[in-house]
Order: sequence, then structure tokens, then C-alpha cells
Amino acid sequence: MDFMQILQLVIPAAIFSAAPLIFTALGGVFSERSGVVNIGLEGLMLMGAFTGALFTILGEQWGMGAASPWFSLIIAIIVGMLFSLLHAVASISFRADQVVSGVALNFLAAGLAIFLVKKIFDAGQTPIIQERIYKTDVPLLSDIPFIGPLFFSSAYYTSYIAIALAIFVWWVIFKTPFGLRLRSVGEHPMAADTMGINVTKMRYIAVMLSGGFAGLGGAVYATSIAGNFSHATISGQGFMALAAMIFGKWHPLGAMGAALFFGLAQSLSITGQQIPGLKEIPEVYLLISPYVLTILALAGLVGRADAPKAIGQPYEKGKR
Amino acid sequence: MTFLKGQWSGIWVPLLSVALGLLVGGIIMLVSGYNPIVAYAALFNGIFSNTYVLGETVRQMTPLILSGLAVAFAFRTGLFNIGVEGQLLVGWLASVYVGLQFEGLSPIVHIPLAVIAAAVAGALWAFVPGFLKARYHVHEVITTIMMNYVALHVVNAIIRTYLLAPGERTDQINESASLQSAFLESITDFSRLHYGFVVAIIGAIIMWFLLWKTTMGYELRSVGFNKYASEYAGINVQRNIILSMVISGAFAGAAGAMEGLGTYGYMTVMADFTGVGFDGIAVALLGANGALGVVFASALFGGLKIGALNMQSVAQVPTQLVEIVIAMIIFFVASSYLIHWISNRVNKRGKI
Repeated sequence: MDFMQILQLVIPAAIFSAAPLIFTALGGVFSERSGVVNIGLEGLMLMGAFTGALFTILGEQWGMGAASPWFSLIIAIIVGMLFSLLHAVASISFRADQVVSGVALNFLAAGLAIFLVKKIFDAGQTPIIQERIYKTDVPLLSDIPFIGPLFFSSAYYTSYIAIALAIFVWWVIFKTPFGLRLRSVGEHPMAADTMGINVTKMRYIAVMLSGGFAGLGGAVYATSIAGNFSHATISGQGFMALAAMIFGKWHPLGAMGAALFFGLAQSLSITGQQIPGLKEIPEVYLLISPYVLTILALAGLVGRADAPKAIGQPYEKGKR
Repeated sequence: MTFLKGQWSGIWVPLLSVALGLLVGGIIMLVSGYNPIVAYAALFNGIFSNTYVLGETVRQMTPLILSGLAVAFAFRTGLFNIGVEGQLLVGWLASVYVGLQFEGLSPIVHIPLAVIAAAVAGALWAFVPGFLKARYHVHEVITTIMMNYVALHVVNAIIRTYLLAPGERTDQINESASLQSAFLESITDFSRLHYGFVVAIIGAIIMWFLLWKTTMGYELRSVGFNKYASEYAGINVQRNIILSMVISGAFAGAAGAMEGLGTYGYMTVMADFTGVGFDGIAVALLGANGALGVVFASALFGGLKIGALNMQSVAQVPTQLVEIVIAMIIFFVASSYLIHWISNRVNKRGKI
């Protein structure tokens, strides 16, 4: 097996595995840049995956055909936003500990999604969806020698959307007034408040954006990778996205890079068996690499990662 | 509503949260077409109907108490240990390993040895986030979450590589390390009740004693209240942060031993987390981070989980309803500001 074949095997698989992580990590960037820790990404992703599977199946029944998964993605964004409101209300308005509230959100999502699956389908998991998000060659670009087969053939549109969104989010957070306000609220809420920025409103918007993105990430996972929803569909991807966000230093493009790298690690643990030299490395090293790298990043051993300054603190007007 | 103020507020917040949590669960049942009254009646029947379910409830409580103590201990000293799940897994594996490796030991030696091995394994696993927090100021919440996943994959790899028996699991541990008891099973109509609850109660007493009766406990609590003041008073803050995580991890590891030596007697390759470690967070929050509170909260959650089985068979309500109720209870405890705010409002107006 020559080098080109290995790349053809690994790179598309990495991009494919990374897409849900990129979406969710971008959501995390919004929330945490505004100063709200979002441990609940896992639960939000879980609700998204459930919604994605459910509404794809419903869309099929309603005769939407190939449009069903795309329809389900939109619903998943809405459900994610609504579900994240719980975290927003508890941690912003009721000044709950943001970590505790996020943990509760994860609990609630796991219970609620399986409860609803059992109620609706009378089984522990949804049926397999028929209309998945399909693989395509990108017209023209896939004909480019070398780059074409690596990056643009038999790939999923959702992966390109994820990468494009990462660039868009970077633009929003660093180049628009909205992004400036968002970051100021996360760095120094009192100063932002003094300048007339509504801290509570900005944080609500940020948390709901994180819910929408994480819901989308979960739904993409269900409709492209998993193919159905069960209690084991989302197990750690939300935390891996959280890790990608930290490893990417709370920066949209950094988060995307980290998510791509984690996607690579994930895909290598699957495709690694076919690649000479990788067969000898036990799978476990690839499986734990995203988590170990995040710990090392936080310890400053792979470049310092500094969180937004006001992260984790509820803002009380008038309190110094 | 004056009971919401003063010294009793510490008890009313958890109680109100439980009531509100059950209320939300009832509303969810109503909306999804179940009869909440029938379901809750089945739930409470399922907790108290016979000795079998009583035995199962105590069995369910046992690891919950220890994992709750782990979270509560860390909380007391200002740390949030979300890594109980991972520490529990390595503890489970260590206890099973000791249970398998030694033969011909007396249970009086073997059982404590296996439990201590589990506690040490959990402590070592928790040392990493503790050390990183003390030395590099890395937030323990993220590191402990990451360590959970590392534990899950590493434990599975170790079982697959070194301890695999047919059925994707380890062999059954030797009789001499087992906490299982034919006597306890026979008096509870063959539930899986085992002697682990004695270990859990001892754990609760140890936590209370350590925190409230020793100098070490005083220092740990002091660091939890205000680490800058503690530092000024000459307390070694870094050492105490590490110590707190290590003790917390030891409780979590012991919780794993309850599964390894008691309920199962072996360890399977884990497809997912047990959930016991995460439930420990709920238990600690509801128990207000006290040893006695943790025992009561474990009884509640253990009972709810066992009662849920009856609720499913009698009223066809999926067991996950109980998880929803537990999640809502955490939300309400965490949002105790809401409850205080309501009570203040009401008190100002002088009427309910």
C-alpha cells in the first residue's frame, strides 16, 4: 500500500468523523466566549442526534425523500436552542453553578431522549433511517489531481458546511460588533455592562447559539455516521468537542483544527487496521489521544490555553 | 414561609427540590399520556413492597453512597470532582485484579486488601487532576472529564489484553475476596444484597471523622472556604488540593470495589460508563455535601431507581423517567437562588 492510498483512506475518514465535532465545538466557542461554561454540550448533542434520527424517519413517512435528513437538521437546531434555554435560565438568571447546571443538562438529555424513544417507538432505539446524508463528489474540484481525490471526492456536504461555518464563526466573533460584545461579556462583564451592553441578553444568545450548533452536530452524527439513535449513539462526542474547543484555545479555527485532528484519531482507530505500521499500535492509544492531548494542552505543555476571564462566574449587576 | 430562612433553609432547599422534581416528572408523564398517580403509586410500592426490593435498594445505594462521598469530599474543599466515574472504573478493575490474583487468603485479609487496592487505584487516578490543579492551575472539571474517558478505554484495553474470559469479561473473583453473602441473599428473598453496605457506612463515618475531627480535615475545609486566607494562615494550599483529590478518588475507587467484589464479582468490557459516578454528583448536591446527607440522598436515588422497575412493569412508564426526575432535582438544588428569591419575596409581603 503506497503513501497516496493511505492518505486517500485516512483524510476523507478524518474529515467525515470530524464534522459533528466541529459543529459542536463551534457552539462551545460561542457559549464560553460569553463566559458561560457549557459542560452540557454532550447532552445538547444527544438531543440533536435524537431529533435528527426521529425527524428523518418522520420526513421519510411524510414523503420528503432525500430532503428528510436536511429537514431534520433544521429541527435539531431549533430543539438544541430550546433545550439549551434550561442551562441558560439556570446558570444566568438563577445563578446556578454553571458546571452543575451543565451536568444536569446531560443527565436530563440522556433520560429524556431514551424516554421519548421508548414512548414513540416502543423499543430501546429508533429504526435505522433510510435516507442518509449522501456522499458526493464535489463537481470540478474533485477532478483536481492529488487534492481532488483527497479532499473533494466521495465526501459529505455536511463536512464542507462545518468547515465553512468555522470560518464564518471566526468572522462573526472577531470581525463584527456582535462578536466584540460577546467577547467583552466573557472577559469583563462589568466593563461591558458599563458600556451599555446587556450582559444577560448576550449570554442568553450565546448559550442558545451553542445549543443550536451542538444540536446540529448531534443530528449530523445521527444522519451521517450512526444511522439511528440509541443510548450509545452519543457517548463522549460532546466532551470530545469540548476538548477540541479547549485544545483550539477557544478560537473557532483552532477548534476546527483540533476537531479535525480528533476526527483523524477517531478514524485511525477504525481504518488503522488496514494501514501497515499502524496495526502494531494498540487501538487504545488512538482512542485516548484526544483526551490526553487536552490535558497536556491545559497544563501548558503543548502551548498555553487561556480561558475567557469571566468564565464560570454568574454576573450580578452592581456587585464588585 | 419563615421556615425557608435561618438554619432550616439547608434542609428545605433539598426537600423542595425533590418535590419540584417529582412534580416535573408528573407533568412529563401527563403530557406523554401516562397516569402519574398510578405511576408514582407503582414507584413507591416498588420501593417498599417486599424484602427483595428492599435488599436491591440497599445494594443500589452502596456504591452511590461512596461515589456521593467522593464528590462531597472534594466539594467541601472547593474542588469539583466529575472524575468519579473514571476513578470508580479503575477501582473496580483493581479490586477484581486483587480478587483474581491471590488464592488461599482468608477473607479477613483478602477483602480489605481488594478494597484498599481499589481505593489506591482511584486515588492515583485522581492524583493527576489534583496535581495539575495544584501545580499548573488547570481547572479540575475538564481534566477529570478527560480522565474519565482515558479510564474507560484503558480499563477495557487491560481487560482485553490480560484478563479476558469468555463473554468479554474477566473471570469470577475468588470466593475469599467476595462480599457476596448467602445469608443476606436468603433473608432478602434472593436479592443481590451484599456486605458492601458495611463498607459504605464505614466510608461515611471516615469522611465525617476526617473532615470534622482532625487537623487535616480542618485545613482541607479551610482551603475550601478561602484558599488565600488559608495560605496566609500558613496552610500549604497546593498540598491540600492534591490531598483532597486523592481522598476523593479513594472513595470513588472503593465505590468501584462494591461492584467488583459485591454485586458482580467480575468486570465486563464496558461499552459505556456505569452512571454511578455521575449519580454521585446528584447525591452529593442533594445531601448538602455532608456524610449523613449523602446516605439519605443515596437512599432516595437508590430507591427511585429500583422503584422505577416496578413503575415500568405496572404503569408501562419507561425507567428513564426517574433519570429525568433526578436531573430536575439537580437543576432545582443548583438554582437554590430561585427558591431563596421566592421565599424572600413572600416574606417581604408578609404572606404566603
